[in-house]
Amino acid sequence: MFIHSTEIVDTFAEAFQMWGTRVIITAENRKWASAAARSMTGFATSVIGCRCEAGIESEIPAEETPDGRPGVSVLLFGGSADGVGKRLVERIGQCVMTCPTTACFNGLDAEKTVAVGGKLRYFGDGYQIAKQLAGRRLWRVPVMEGEFMVDEAFGVQPAVGGGNFLVLGRDLAVTLEAVEAAVEAMRVPGVILPFPDGVVRSGSKPGSKYKALPASTNDAYCPTLRGVAPQTLLPEGVNCVLEIVIDGLDEASVRESMRLGIRAAAREGIVRITAGNYGGNLGQYQIGLHELLRGGA
Amino acid sequence: MKLRLHTQPAVPLEAEVIAPEQLLGKTEAEAAALPVYHGKERVALGEFFSVTAQGPSDTLEVEGDLARVKLLGHAMSRGRLLIHGDVGAHLGACMSGGEIVVDGNAGDWVGREMSGGRIVIRGNAGHMVGSAVRGAATGILGGEIIVHGNAGNEVGHGMRRGLIAIGGDSGEFTGVNLKAGTVIVLGRLGMRPGAGMKRGTIVSGQDAELLPTFRYDCLFRPTFLRCYLLYLRRLGLAIEERLLSGDYRRWSGDGMELNRGEILLYSG
Repeated sequence: MFIHSTEIVDTFAEAFQMWGTRVIITAENRKWASAAARSMTGFATSVIGCRCEAGIESEIPAEETPDGRPGVSVLLFGGSADGVGKRLVERIGQCVMTCPTTACFNGLDAEKTVAVGGKLRYFGDGYQIAKQLAGRRLWRVPVMEGEFMVDEAFGVQPAVGGGNFLVLGRDLAVTLEAVEAAVEAMRVPGVILPFPDGVVRSGSKPGSKYKALPASTNDAYCPTLRGVAPQTLLPEGVNCVLEIVIDGLDEASVRESMRLGIRAAAREGIVRITAGNYGGNLGQYQIGLHELLRGGA
Repeated sequence: MKLRLHTQPAVPLEAEVIAPEQLLGKTEAEAAALPVYHGKERVALGEFFSVTAQGPSDTLEVEGDLARVKLLGHAMSRGRLLIHGDVGAHLGACMSGGEIVVDGNAGDWVGREMSGGRIVIRGNAGHMVGSAVRGAATGILGGEIIVHGNAGNEVGHGMRRGLIAIGGDSGEFTGVNLKAGTVIVLGRLGMRPGAGMKRGTIVSGQDAELLPTFRYDCLFRPTFLRCYLLYLRRLGLAIEERLLSGDYRRWSGDGMELNRGEILLYSG
């Protein structure tokens, strides 16, 4: 299959079941809401090294947030519901509570919840105040600037992590241009791209010659190893590969985001678009690229 | 189902049976035969009300000047009770769920000892809104009472949880002996608000004279209050923009008690 001159390989992205949550951060103005969200989603590119994956889903207009102030929606994913809870306590405690004027609300209605404000409240050293409004319990934690308000519990639900595709380009310039266009097109509700501005250059394969490492560089896609690695998956004329990884609250959102991204990335100078998988042996989800592009999401 | 008052009671009528779960699902004849107390005399509901089986299955409507009819919605746990006209004392007493809406004024003891549900009074309310009964230490345990107009004395007396919002002014001793929960008065607080309060929050949209056992903390912009005010606005209470974006003076008290309560007075 071709889109323009770009070959779409008949393969699939192998994605995994994760647990996800949505956090709404509000503040006195957009600057501080964004500052907290950026801080909270920093160092959250891959569960392998960061214990969670997180990113900014969207900005939220003041009229749509619980306290009527400008907001930012953050999605965070982890390997288990408990793990998500722990990461939320760490990251909201260190990155949101510390940020001037912020408040933090649960943004996901789900059957399962994890305690967040219910743990962070102890920072109040006995001066914290609980409030119940419309069925939700909020904690007011006194801080030097005033108060930090946070929901007692946050919803968590099964989610999909590790959707991906690789963009194989003629050179760095055209490949960067293609992935930047893809990332712009992929902003779908319920989806984040956890790597820096959505793009990863250091794709990995499982295992390593060094026993302590669970993953190592994906040599089959490294242009500098074309003549050295035991196997190369680079067609002639490809000198740069960039990958986009997608996490979503459900499979449909991940599929839609991938579909939009692949269509946006395909162009003159992009030789091939393919996807990473482990032969279907590890992940619970297989997202076929041809199926995706033929039938919509 | 719809009830219409056809005979004005000479003395207060105690009508605990006028609640959705007591009447809905019954025939007109069955409903009209239910007992009410006219003074100390037990009579049939039909002697004062005409009963018509119509309208949504979860809604009970009552029409007429019910200022002498007490205990409507008593112990109600579900459904809707719509009252067109003034209503007497003890509306929604001991209520645990559902919603009561009054297009008119309400007497004393609205929602006393309630634990859940919502009561909306589009006019004024009497004394003891959301209060404990005399001799009891604890008032309401939850739920919401929203009065669009003014309310009398001792709003939220002994309240432990829940939300009471008064669109106008409140009388003396608002939030007296408050244990927790939130009382918001958009207008002026009467004398001695929060006397004896342990925890909880009293808010006023105007300045107020406080007891000397309250200590000033700071001027700040409470985020939680924005959530409350926006919630009340969504429920139809008129909230001025200044209250959402303004600063409030925070006072802690009552120093005679636990001193963990707060009074927030709008400051501009």
